Amino acid sequence: MILAGCDGDRAWRLQDYVARGGYSALKRIVAEKTPQDAIIAELKASVLRGRGGAGFPTGLKWSFMPRSFPGDKYLACNSDEGEPGTFKDRDILRYNPHSVIEGMTIAAYAMGAARGYNYIHGEIFEIYQRFEDALAEAREAGLIGQNILGSDFSFELFAHHGYGAYICGEETALLESIEGKKGQPRFKPPFPASYGLYGKPTTINNTETFASVPFIMNMGGEAFLNLGKPNNGGMKLFSISGHVNRPGNYEIPLGTPFSELLEMAGGMRGGRKLKAVIPGGSSSPVLPGSVMMDCTMDYDSISKAGSMLGSGAVIVMDETTCMVKALERLSYFYFEESCGQCTPCREGTGWLYRVVHRIENGLGREDDLDLLNSVTANIMGRTICALGDAASMPVQSFVKHFGAEFAYHIENKKCLVPHEVQRAGSQIYVSPSC
Amino acid sequence: MLSQESLQQIDREIAKYPPDQKQSAVMAALRIAQVEKGWLPKELIEFVARYLEMPPIAAYEVASFYNMYDLEPVGRHKITVCTNLPCALSGGVHAAEYVKQKLGIDFNETTPDGKFTLKEGECMGACGDAPVLLVNNHQMCSWMTTEKIDQMLADLDKK
Repeated sequence: MILAGCDGDRAWRLQDYVARGGYSALKRIVAEKTPQDAIIAELKASVLRGRGGAGFPTGLKWSFMPRSFPGDKYLACNSDEGEPGTFKDRDILRYNPHSVIEGMTIAAYAMGAARGYNYIHGEIFEIYQRFEDALAEAREAGLIGQNILGSDFSFELFAHHGYGAYICGEETALLESIEGKKGQPRFKPPFPASYGLYGKPTTINNTETFASVPFIMNMGGEAFLNLGKPNNGGMKLFSISGHVNRPGNYEIPLGTPFSELLEMAGGMRGGRKLKAVIPGGSSSPVLPGSVMMDCTMDYDSISKAGSMLGSGAVIVMDETTCMVKALERLSYFYFEESCGQCTPCREGTGWLYRVVHRIENGLGREDDLDLLNSVTANIMGRTICALGDAASMPVQSFVKHFGAEFAYHIENKKCLVPHEVQRAGSQIYVSPSC
Repeated sequence: MLSQESLQQIDREIAKYPPDQKQSAVMAALRIAQVEKGWLPKELIEFVARYLEMPPIAAYEVASFYNMYDLEPVGRHKITVCTNLPCALSGGVHAAEYVKQKLGIDFNETTPDGKFTLKEGECMGACGDAPVLLVNNHQMCSWMTTEKIDQMLADLDKK
């Protein structure tokens, strides 16, 4: 859907997007003066759920916006994609930026917002520049800016880049960052719909969420819903990384069995055995491979199995993976990226990293697993934003499902998987199709 | 302190935001300043702050919070290698080791000739392209085999 037909270097250009049917939804809405309520109703019917990770119903989110509020209202697109494992928004912006621009413009129309920002991850600076180019094309064609397509509807849209802070993917940290401040999350409530950018009502959605909007407006909410399964509407991009033959993005209907997705990604590298999968980005609890093979890729199935679909980032690990080492790297990431605002997270993420690090390095103590569980219990639910929870869930789930491997480390002061096997399993690997 | 060209670029960034929200342009302005000068000394951060009519300490907070700003001098080429888990599973750590060996330096070090600085990076949102590294913050290099790393270092060495 979003990535269909996006082959070649020119797919991102306005002309190519229009040839694929792009901007037809916006043109129709502006020409027919579609009522705002009708757009939101269509979105609700589609059961589009936020593609950034939380899975919150988009139509409902849009309905929270106080449309009759007389002052400024803002839109923000969250393209600050830095959750380890996630790389779908980069491809959407690289190959189909106009779908995001059209989706945001329709959203602005539906919610009465006059100005919007797309916040793009700093590390993908070339993509930020391309988005600027796409904005210039859209502005030139009268698709954004003043009096869009000759109507009385105006919407100004700009790109804003991050510069290396994972926390800015949290929506209120993102707003602080657009305001030119440190990206430290705000206490909620008030929620952005009432107090957002510059203190004004603001709606924030993920890149893929906005990119889905034109397609929903064209095919109708119900048809979109039926692409997926009940309560899990539509198509979704899954980013597969790790020990597979063809890492990359795969756009498939929600509800597709994990086994089929794995097959699309070329199966396990070297024909090795599947050990574990992190199904929704590094913050989602890890699941043993056998559990994953019985799951379908949708919010409800993954949640029932004890994890989260999150952003749709699937990290695949085979039998050569040391689970302690894997967790050590993730724990370091959260320690490094904690913004430092809340004590339980600032101090707790350091504790988690140091304890996992000492277990990995043969210095683990007998009660370390209890200590890890105790630290996570003292972080979770005690912080302003979800980063503390995101740091804790991997620890809890790794210890829960692979506790024996952690215990082996502590007792024998070495890895269960021999080092040379680990090294051989994680050599530099580039798929022949790249 | 900054060239006319850089100031014009900063002005274009300021124009993206409401007239009373110049501070919103600080991230872009610091980036533009860093591209011109190579890194961000205190005086440069203060200059950017004055230009945007914001307190210098607020600009310094931003410069020190986001990790792509360099508050200390770096080599002519800064190479940042991602070693986070998804990259590590496809050789990110091996690629980093190879770069270290080729340059004879560790993370957070600069070669004696001042040409290269090596950094360890966090997720760049390109895990499918592993091993991934960034050159001078803005150029992403994907699928970095040892041959490609050799080629890249040879090309950068000439610049």
